[in-house]
Amino acid sequence: MPELLIQLAIILVKVVALTFVVVLPLVPVSVYFERRFSAVIQDRVGPNRVGIPLSLLGFKKDFHFFGLVQPVADGLKLFLKEDFTPAHVRTAFYWMAPALTVIPALITVCVVPFGSPITIFGHTEKLVIADLDVGPLFVFAVSSLSVYGITLAGWSSNSKFPFIGGVRSTAQMISYEISLGLSIIPVLLYFGELNLGRIVQHQAENGWLLLPFWKNGQISLPDMQTALFWIPAFISFIIFTISIFAETNRMPFDLPECETELVGGYHTEYSSMKFALFFMGEYAAMVIGSALIITLFLGGWSVGFGADKFINDLKIGEFQIGGLIHLGVFVAKLVAFILFFILVRWTVPRFRYDQLMKLGWVIFFEAALINVFLAALIIAAPELTAAIIGTGAVLLVALTGAVIWVAKVSEERPKPLRL
Amino acid sequence: MAVVKLQRPKLNFGEKVYFGALIKGFFLTMTHAVKSLRGRSMGAKSLESSGLGVTMQFPEQRWDSHFPDYYRGAPALVTDEQGRERCVSCQLCEFICPPKAIRIKPGEIPSDDPWAKVEKRPAEFDIDMIRCIYCGMCEEVCPEQAIFLRKDYLITGLKRADMVHDKKKLYEIGGVRTGLVNKWNELK
Repeated sequence: MPELLIQLAIILVKVVALTFVVVLPLVPVSVYFERRFSAVIQDRVGPNRVGIPLSLLGFKKDFHFFGLVQPVADGLKLFLKEDFTPAHVRTAFYWMAPALTVIPALITVCVVPFGSPITIFGHTEKLVIADLDVGPLFVFAVSSLSVYGITLAGWSSNSKFPFIGGVRSTAQMISYEISLGLSIIPVLLYFGELNLGRIVQHQAENGWLLLPFWKNGQISLPDMQTALFWIPAFISFIIFTISIFAETNRMPFDLPECETELVGGYHTEYSSMKFALFFMGEYAAMVIGSALIITLFLGGWSVGFGADKFINDLKIGEFQIGGLIHLGVFVAKLVAFILFFILVRWTVPRFRYDQLMKLGWVIFFEAALINVFLAALIIAAPELTAAIIGTGAVLLVALTGAVIWVAKVSEERPKPLRL
Repeated sequence: MAVVKLQRPKLNFGEKVYFGALIKGFFLTMTHAVKSLRGRSMGAKSLESSGLGVTMQFPEQRWDSHFPDYYRGAPALVTDEQGRERCVSCQLCEFICPPKAIRIKPGEIPSDDPWAKVEKRPAEFDIDMIRCIYCGMCEEVCPEQAIFLRKDYLITGLKRADMVHDKKKLYEIGGVRTGLVNKWNELK
């Protein structure tokens, strides 16, 4: 019985620590970065004032912290705003929708490995809430539920703009889920594994998927097969990253909530904390998305170049602190990737809706599909004879050509009979 | 009307692939970011930037010394070199004021006053700064050159009553203005 209680306590501590101490604070921090970084790009200053108002307590100077307290002020403002429910909404769904967007995003946190296992008093504990053997599948299954939140928000608001936003978002998220799922199949083929923790462990020992420059902890050039596999891995990375942008409704694909044409999209009718929940869900999805990209392609918590074994063995007395260092590395990578998200948002102009759909269905879907075969061929090559490899390569090239030709032909519009 | 047929520009392969343009865009935004962090943004110097972007950070830095001569700030009443109130409460400014911000209550100058021959001065002179639109018509219409738009722009208050400038406040902002109208002068 006490063992069970200790188990439960450990799980509870992990849930609270990893969700509410590591991931959730990243949401306001990324909002802050978004505002400061966009300001810097646009030659402005951004929020740099809100700090600790020491002058209210009789001190001489306020403490600014570069405005890092701004998100707290924003949150407080949203709490204190009037929570207005319009009379024309379908109340039950209207209330349910914000929760349905946030909760899936936060649930997916539980399979992300945040660091290598830590050992306290001889007890080894993995830094992941649920060490599932179906990691990426679980993430896709749960995170696609957030479509319901957005769709219900659009429909239950019972007004035009949110409805268009909701419909757009549904179509977009469902379309990009396909290329999202297909694009990581090569990665899963390569690792032969669906457990995210073991995938990261493998990358720490044998080189990140996109940086395979060490093997068994020794720095060395990759062998032929790994080097060749870098090509499908990179294609996967690009498709996966861009699909994550589309899944999180981020800027180049933010048609569900474009301010210019849809006022605010699906959350037009929401105010106060309900709006904040949508906002939070969007940023939480962004954090989880980048966590997934880092875990699959960029080595998760590992420092790389054979340094991970050394870090793992660092000890203070009985306490192995390597896992905490890895946690720090993971968060640093996460913040770097979030900055990349923001840079993209303020760089790339928005797509038209038909271009968005075409990108998803005509380009990424096909590219991901061909990529699966390419990866399979490279992985299977050592066990096959040269003739079979050659035939496979020729078939693949022919297939690619055919797909490109079909895409091109479908582009051609019928000539008008009269001008 | 003639029909003008526009040809869509033909894109070459590089332009169609779109990635080149993306990378170009990344470089553009990053150069802006780096320049703005170093305080070298375009126009940062002429706009007296604070060192971050082109923005002048307000309470610490002010634009005051760059005001043009024609800047129109808060309207104010002035006294002349002998300390006489210039305003004779003719109420022209009250009549011309488009948003009706000015309210004057004329008062008589007692006969034992050295300026008794001027006959009138305002007993009360209120300008509601919430209504004032800084158009400068009061200055233009004043026959005695008693009201001027000064360069003050930080007019704040915690309640509506604070935003009404009374006579005392107006003379305080306005100060003394010498040598324009001399018709009441003994020396003339």
